[in-house]
Amino acid sequence: MKKTSWIVFICILALSTVLAGCGSSKESSSGKGKEESGGTLIYGRGADSTALDPAITTEGESFIVTEQIFETLVKYKEDSTEIEAGLAETWDVSEDGLTYTFHLRDGIKFHDDTDFNAEAVVKNFQRWAQSKDEAKFAYYASMFGGFEGDEGHVIKEVKAQDDDHIVVFTLNRPQAPFLKNLAMGMFAIASPEALEKHGDDFTKNPVGTGPFAFKSWKPGDMIEVVKNDDYWQDGLPKLDGVKFKVIKDNSARLNALIKGEIDLMDGLNPSDLGQVEGDSKLQLFERPSMNVGYLGFNVEKAPFDKKEVRQAISHLINKEELIKSFYEGTAEPAKNPLPPSVSGYNDDIVDYEYNVDKAKELLKAAGLENGFEMDLWAMPVARPYMPDGQKVAVAIQAALKEVNITANIVTFDWGTYIEKVQAGEAPVYMLGWNGDNGDADNFIYTLLDKDNIGSNNYSRYSNDELHEILIKAQSNPNEDERIVLYKQAQEIIHEDAPWVPLAHSKPQLAGIKEVKGFIPHPTGTQSFINVSLGE
Amino acid sequence: MFSFTVRRLGALIPVLLGMAFIVFMMVRAIPGNPAQLILGQQASKEAVAALTKELGLDQPWYIQFFDYLGGLLSGDLGVSLKTNTPIAEEVWPYLAATIELAVIAMIIAVVIGVNAGIISAWFQNSWFDYIAMIIALIGVSMPIFWLGLMEQYIVAIKWDLLPTTGRDNIRDPVEAITNLYLLDTLLQGRFDQFFEVVRHLILPSIALATIPMAIIARMTRSSMLEVMRSDFIRTARAKGMRMFWVVYKHSFKNALIPVVTVIGLQTGLLLGGAILTETIFGWPGIGTYIYDAINYRDYPVVQSGILVIAFIFVIINLCVDLLYAAIDPRIKYK
Repeated sequence: MKKTSWIVFICILALSTVLAGCGSSKESSSGKGKEESGGTLIYGRGADSTALDPAITTEGESFIVTEQIFETLVKYKEDSTEIEAGLAETWDVSEDGLTYTFHLRDGIKFHDDTDFNAEAVVKNFQRWAQSKDEAKFAYYASMFGGFEGDEGHVIKEVKAQDDDHIVVFTLNRPQAPFLKNLAMGMFAIASPEALEKHGDDFTKNPVGTGPFAFKSWKPGDMIEVVKNDDYWQDGLPKLDGVKFKVIKDNSARLNALIKGEIDLMDGLNPSDLGQVEGDSKLQLFERPSMNVGYLGFNVEKAPFDKKEVRQAISHLINKEELIKSFYEGTAEPAKNPLPPSVSGYNDDIVDYEYNVDKAKELLKAAGLENGFEMDLWAMPVARPYMPDGQKVAVAIQAALKEVNITANIVTFDWGTYIEKVQAGEAPVYMLGWNGDNGDADNFIYTLLDKDNIGSNNYSRYSNDELHEILIKAQSNPNEDERIVLYKQAQEIIHEDAPWVPLAHSKPQLAGIKEVKGFIPHPTGTQSFINVSLGE
Repeated sequence: MFSFTVRRLGALIPVLLGMAFIVFMMVRAIPGNPAQLILGQQASKEAVAALTKELGLDQPWYIQFFDYLGGLLSGDLGVSLKTNTPIAEEVWPYLAATIELAVIAMIIAVVIGVNAGIISAWFQNSWFDYIAMIIALIGVSMPIFWLGLMEQYIVAIKWDLLPTTGRDNIRDPVEAITNLYLLDTLLQGRFDQFFEVVRHLILPSIALATIPMAIIARMTRSSMLEVMRSDFIRTARAKGMRMFWVVYKHSFKNALIPVVTVIGLQTGLLLGGAILTETIFGWPGIGTYIYDAINYRDYPVVQSGILVIAFIFVIINLCVDLLYAAIDPRIKYK
């Protein structure tokens, strides 16, 4: 008897909840937060942040949030990687490129109501430079050549001057992309008092000067930031707050967007583009490309030590087809290691056209007209610049077959893959790069200079002429002259063909029609300061 | 009974030790250095080396294992490599989310599965039996991924009845006390939020319940068929007892042992096996927590996360064993 009544009770409970659920569905679906003044925007994404202290993380999902809470001395323009004023209103650069003087804005306060001033800037830079902790401040070490006392360290001294609104940076050697480096989100200025107060927990209690202040973090689920009422720019931000909601699956995230549970999402599947385009309540956003996906040759391994072989393979790859098939058209063919959004891009380069006969001629010149066998390393994970490494590898394999090159596809798990490619084990491999600071140096020098063999120059490509140009460009503060140098560099690389640059992908985002003023930034993170939810 | 329980709890210790060791070795068998994965592709060699050292991963495995074990014995589950937070502090909200989902899913699976199984056995070879068993067969082989997305598309988007993802209304989030949202909303007297939470539970719990429901239905049916052929059932029917009572009281009680066993096992499986459902429905549960940790080579989280699930699994099975005695007076534990 007892058991039956228990079962009946459960049945009733189950039924009643279903009924109640149906009953309340209408009010909740219309209950969007738009009645409030600015509204709260809900941004759906695929993973949670790991740390909200931008200085200690290297991971994109964290920067998406910290970009709202923190600000940098100078910042990128809304739609490019050019520099404009941030916390510093103006700045002067000395003739020799060794002294940068920043004039800070007046009256800015951190979210904890302490003053932002030159002393705060100095303390932040001291925190990084004096830590000597490469594991913690990896980005600082890589962008500024190590830490205080290291031979390659770029920043000699950071000093606050008399009235506490001037900061002077003295460099050990000129660094042309210095301002672009300072604009990177990881070098944002945090409240020194909060840093001291929270210690290692600062990453869960971030305090900056940005348009939004941190409110709450439910791990694995949602982070909420709310409008900073005392923000130094009048009338901004327009929103009352932003919530960053984790929905792992791309299709499920789109379902939530269609349903109106979220307002904006990243990581749209290229195959879902049509569905968004066909929905009158939604709109698409395209992020300008700041990446490159490529097929690299290890130039130390035969037969790829011969330029003709590399050029021949360049002629065999039909990039347009690859993009149509595997990027669903959301990419442009690459002919340089640099994406077009980065200044210094050489558009005069004529790409190796798809031409099997030319490839055969080149192979004949190399004495390999009968073909050969090789390993082709396929990327095991999907990245924006390489959405499906395995399938692209199969397509390349088929293309090589035409000239009797037998490619055996090889792959490993991602961590091992990088380690092995870095160690020079792969003769031909697929990889890509997401730019950090939007500077040509961050692509060409980092990926193809002989200084970086054993690090990010996985092709082990070494060219002294190129090296000279890149070093010259690195220390030349004149932007126009640098552009000329980088264009030359791309000509050399094109001729030597250590890579076949494949594609610059353009990640797709989708939002409801009401989202206004959202401009995806090439770096992958953008402030929501000008975004609003209109009718 | 009491001494049995104590003995079983004592047996937990070697089981968990064994689990800890196996998981520890398995996680390390996955290639890839956590430091490299944490710092990303752009990281310099020096940075990777420094972090490897800081995380203690340059130590020989046995030293790492005994360090970990020592921590466990003092109640320390370790610190997440990724978030740098003690796991004991971090794991509860994830675990609570999964428990809430799994319990509701199990209630659905048990109520529907058991009844479908009973009725199928009662009316064996009837159209109900055929249809129920075909549905059950489809149910066991249903790809949850597809089912979840279809539920979202049809019920949430086309019919606009229920929300697609999450545990609560993002625009009016639940304030967590125990992290069991059904309880939290009631404690706060927020009945509107309670119904929101229920609405959010329906689709994922149905998706999660499908497979156990089918398994329970099939198990109940076969167990019932066996019992209904026995002599005492014939006697009960010959006495002129109403069929409903024969089936639900006499037969079911005797058919219950294998059913309870399956329910116990399935409940345990749901805790760890909800990854797909959690992924699709944006459910911040323990499955995705561990899955992310595997991708990130977050060794301590994988180790302790699996250990927590194993612990619960063993406890559930202990409860099932104790239930046997309650169900069947012939079973006694000494």
